[in-house]
Parts: sequence; structure tokens; C-alpha cells
Amino acid sequence: MIDPSVFQLVCFYAFAAVTVVAALGVITLRNSVHAVLSLVLTFFSTACIWLLAEAEFLAIALIVVYVGAVMVLFLFVVMMLDIKQEHLREGFIRYLPVGIVVAVVMLVEMLALIGVRTMHEAVMGANPATAAGLSNTQWLGQALYTQFLLPFEIAALILTVGVVAAVALTLRHRGGTRHQTAAQQVAVKATDRVRIVKMAAERPATDAPAQTQNPETKP
Amino acid sequence: MPNLNDILIMLPELYLVAAACLLLLLDAFMKPEQRSLLHWLSIAVVLVAIYLVISGQPEQPVRAFGGMFVRDGVAEILKTFALLCVALVFVYSRSYLADRKLYVGEFYTLMIFAVIGVMLLVSAGNLITVYLGLELLTLSSYALVALNRDSKLSSEAAVKYFVLGALASGMLLYGMSMVYGATATLDLATLHGAAAHTGVPNLLLFGMIFMIIGIGFKLGAAPFHMWIPDVYQGAPTAVTIFIGSAPKLAAFGMAYRLLEAGLGDLSAHWQQMLAALAVLSLAIGNLVAIVQTNLKRLLAYSTISHMGYLLLGLVNAGPEGYASALFYAISYALMGTAAFGVIMALARAGFECEEIDDLKGLNQRSPWMAFLMMLVMFSLAGVPPLFGFFAKFLVLQSAIHAGMLWLAIVGAVFAIIGLYYYLRVVKVMYFDAPVEGTEIKLQQDPALRLVLSLNALTLLVLGLAWGPLLGWCKSVFPG
Repeated sequence: MIDPSVFQLVCFYAFAAVTVVAALGVITLRNSVHAVLSLVLTFFSTACIWLLAEAEFLAIALIVVYVGAVMVLFLFVVMMLDIKQEHLREGFIRYLPVGIVVAVVMLVEMLALIGVRTMHEAVMGANPATAAGLSNTQWLGQALYTQFLLPFEIAALILTVGVVAAVALTLRHRGGTRHQTAAQQVAVKATDRVRIVKMAAERPATDAPAQTQNPETKP
Repeated sequence: MPNLNDILIMLPELYLVAAACLLLLLDAFMKPEQRSLLHWLSIAVVLVAIYLVISGQPEQPVRAFGGMFVRDGVAEILKTFALLCVALVFVYSRSYLADRKLYVGEFYTLMIFAVIGVMLLVSAGNLITVYLGLELLTLSSYALVALNRDSKLSSEAAVKYFVLGALASGMLLYGMSMVYGATATLDLATLHGAAAHTGVPNLLLFGMIFMIIGIGFKLGAAPFHMWIPDVYQGAPTAVTIFIGSAPKLAAFGMAYRLLEAGLGDLSAHWQQMLAALAVLSLAIGNLVAIVQTNLKRLLAYSTISHMGYLLLGLVNAGPEGYASALFYAISYALMGTAAFGVIMALARAGFECEEIDDLKGLNQRSPWMAFLMMLVMFSLAGVPPLFGFFAKFLVLQSAIHAGMLWLAIVGAVFAIIGLYYYLRVVKVMYFDAPVEGTEIKLQQDPALRLVLSLNALTLLVLGLAWGPLLGWCKSVFPG
């Protein structure tokens, strides 16, 4: 039998390794579609690490929102745009110093965060979800729909305003566009579409010579 | 656990949300010719909301949704006047919008959503509700400013407003997160006690400074005023009139909630900062307004100076100061709607009437409009016996009672400087000859003329009989 903590540790190292390799892939792969797919893998393995840290909700949100929606959108954009690789790599050396500075600052900040967990428990108390004996997602859901119901609904209202504003600012009724009217299509009768013309079964014999002699065509 | 009682406390807001959604649906199924039905319905919806706010007002302040929402006297008075402003905006803007192909249902819906934001903001009992109410208000405002999407000026104003507004919201959130970090609570009532409990750590002070920056942005107080002139000028006048009225009431409500209800114990710290903001706003607003030739820009700088006066009332940090600031906010909202109302009454298709020179000789062409504009300008300048005079008098008095005589003197000096540019407008209307080849055509909408006249005459009536309104303002701030 494997010790659960050992299993957890093994899982963590496996997911972390995948995350790092995939993240490296994002910035090194030449094909931009591959890079985006590699980013999807990075997100997915990060979500797995969050699961290990008992942040189930964050993990689910990352997969649903980022992998499911944002990255698919990205993929479409990347596929539709005609991106030249050489063009993208042009300024690499020039921007390298700035990039290194930013990277070092971020590294220092992350290292500084390591001690925060112990401080955090001192100021904020224990994790309320574990205290209530619930899973992270369950607790979050209950809090959202009881304690934070009002802010949650106001946020929904803000999203509604976003939709109304987007439509109001972008929808243009242009003249001359061709479109179908479903109601008219359904209400159509056979007589509107097909006209039955009564004709004699045979061509009258007397007419034929008169047609061939065209008075206009004179030499 | 929220229950029915919580919902009943929030009845006016919930009613407005439902009504806004219904109006949105109605608009989708209505022919453009029937839009005047939507117009009158929107006005009726807002008036009913005023009735619900006043009739359902409880005797004592009540809290709903675990303290997220507070319904008290301050909220009632602010909501009443914010809704009244929106109703006035609807009445004034109809023919203006119709002339510019902006007469669309979204104008009404977005406006109602914005005023719901105002109502939530002034009733907020929690930092989260403050932020969300504010975002609801500002997001609707961004869209409204950009509504005239074929105008370059309008789009530019909307982008500036959006970027600066997002920055201000970020500052506000940053401050809130610091305050949360220092006190471990988001609830404003708990926060009020917590400051005394934990002492005043630097983190709390920093959080307060960032929140004051956010408030300054929303008030449009210098040095956070840069967006005001461009937005006032670029937005369609029908939107400018809104931005100049209800959101100012909301900004006062926000300042009151955050600074008094939340950080009241720290008043000794924020009084000095507000005093600095007030002096800067008075100076920049009044001095820059002198050189303006565009009427909307002039009114924008005048707003900045008026926010300086409003801050004079807040600096007092006592019931008297809050009452005078509230009184000032109401007076400014009524004066602002009347001023932009006159501009909209004179504007027509292809003519905005936004240059001061457009008003030349207005008295010979439309004596009544010239008279109304004169009333508004005198009131804005603070000439007795108009409404604006008494409002200025009260805030100056409360600054003196707060022991800041120098601040009151600065306020009085700048009031005299400000007199110059208000009187210039009056001079142009009464003593300049009309420009040859131009004409002034009044909008024919009888509702607009009637309500605008009433609005401007109210400034005179309230200037003579200010007692009841001041009594109402004072009664909501228990000593």
C-alpha cells in the first residue's frame, strides 16, 4: 500500500514537471497553433496542482473558463491570423534586458510569498470551508447564494448592462442587406410561386413562317 | 440567510430592475414610431420608483442581506433626488435625441440601470456593494457617452472616460483591499468600530488614501478632474446632463458611506486631505473656466469648482457638515439639469448650441429662455436670493464651524472670481447683438418647456423657502 502523502507528492512532481515542460513549449514551439495547445496543457496541469492543494473550485474554473472558453477563442484567432514567425522573433535580443528585469522582480515576489501562508493563518483564522467540514466548491456555492447573494445578483446586473451596451454600440441596421423573413416564407402559397399557363398543345402551323421572316434584317 | 423581509426592504431597486428588463423587451418588439410610448413609460417607471422610495421608508434605519444594504434617511433623500434628476433628463432629452437619430430604447434602459447603480451605491453597507454599485453606474455611463457612435468627439470622450474610470476603480479596489487587510472586515459598520479597536496602522491609512483618490475621481475633484471637461463636451448633451446630476449625488453618498460610515474614526486624518482637494478644485475649476468659450466645457469646469464647495461641507466631518454637503449636492443637481436643459431646448438638428457665442442676443429672440438661463447662472454663481447662494452659505458656514476659517475665506474668494464667467454668459445673452444670419429656434416640445421652466423657477422658490429642504437634510444626520 502506498502512503497517501507519498502518492500526493509523486502526483505533485508529475504535474509540476508537465506544467514546466508545457510552459517551455509555449515560448519555444515554432508553430503558433502548437504553442496554444501547449498553453492548454499548462493550464490543465496547473488545474491538477490546484486540485492537490484542495482548491477544487479554482481548478474547475480554470478548466471551464480558460481552457474551455478563452483558449478556444485564442485558437480561433491564431488560426485566422497570418502570423509570420520571423517577425515575432525580431526584437528578442533588444527586449531581453527588460524581460530579465521583469522576470527577476516576479521571481523575488513569488519567493516572498512563500512565508505568507503561515502569516495568513495568524491574521485571518482557519480556512472556513474546512472548519465547516465542506468541500471548497460547496462552501463557495453556499456563501455565494446566502451571504453574498446581493453582490452576486448585482454582478449579474452589471453583465446585463454589458450585453445591452455591446448591442447598442455595435448593432447597425444597414440598408440593402438581403435577409429572409421566416413568417413570409411559411405563409407562402403554391400560387405565389408557380404560375400555371394554359397553352395550346401544338404550335399553330400558320405562325411558323411569319416568325422566321424577320423584316428588320435587310442586307 | 436572506428572507422575504430583505427583499421588501429593497423593493424600489428590485422594482426598477424588473421594469428596466421589461422596457428592454418592450423596445425590442416595438416599432420605432411607437417610441414615444416607451418614453412616457420610462418616465412613469421612474416616478413610481420615487413613490416606492418615499412611501416605504422605515422610521429607523434598516439593514438587509446581512448588512450589505442599508436603507436610511440619507439613502432615501439621495435616491429621491437622483430619480427626480433622471425623470427630468428623460423629459428634456426627447426632442434632442430625436433630432440626432439617438432616440433609441437603450438610452432609457441604460439610464435606468445607471440610476439603479446610484441607488445601490448610496445604500451600500459593505465595501463590495459600494464597488459593485459604482461599477453598475459607471459602466452604464461609459456606454451612454459613446451612444453617439458616429461622432469622433463622443468616441474620444468615451474612451478617455473608460480608461480613467477603470484606473479610478482600480485605485478604489486597491484601497479597499488594504483596508480589508488591516481590519479583516468588509462590512462598513464593523469597520467603523474596528478602526478604534486595532489602532491606526499604516496599512489602513494607505487604504484610506487610495479610497479618497477613488472618491475624488468620481466626484471630479481636482487633481482627479481631467476626464470631466472632455466627457462633458464630447458626450451628447442628453447624457452630459445626466452625468452632471445623479452621479454627483451618488458620489456624495459614496463619500459619506466610505468616510463617515466606514472610516469615521479616522476623520482627523482625512479632513486635511479633503481640504487640499477642495482648495485645488476651487482654484482649477474657477480659474480655468474663465478662459472657456465652449458652454459645455465652461459648465464642466464649473462642476469641478462646485465639487470643491461640496468638499468644504464634508471637511466638517460632523452632522452639520454632512447636511450642508447633501444640501449642496441636491442644489447642484437641480442647477445642472436646468443649465443643460436650456442648452437642449435651444439645440436643434445640426446645431448644438454649445458655444457661448451661440447665446448672443438670446434675450431679443427668446426672452423667457434668456430669463431662465439667467436664473440658473445666477444660482450657480451664488447670487442671493437664489438656491445656489444659500447652499454656498451653508458649506462656508460649516467650514468655519470646523475651525477652518482660512478654507472658508478661500471658498468665498473663489466664489467672487467665479462670478465673472457666469455673468459673462448673462452679458452675452442680454447685451450683445444677435449674430446676423443665425437663428434660434426653440424646441416645440411643450413638456420640455413647461418642466424646464418649473425646474429653473424652483431655484428661485427654494432660494426663498429653503427651510423644509434643509430641515429634511438635517433630520437624516442624527447629531
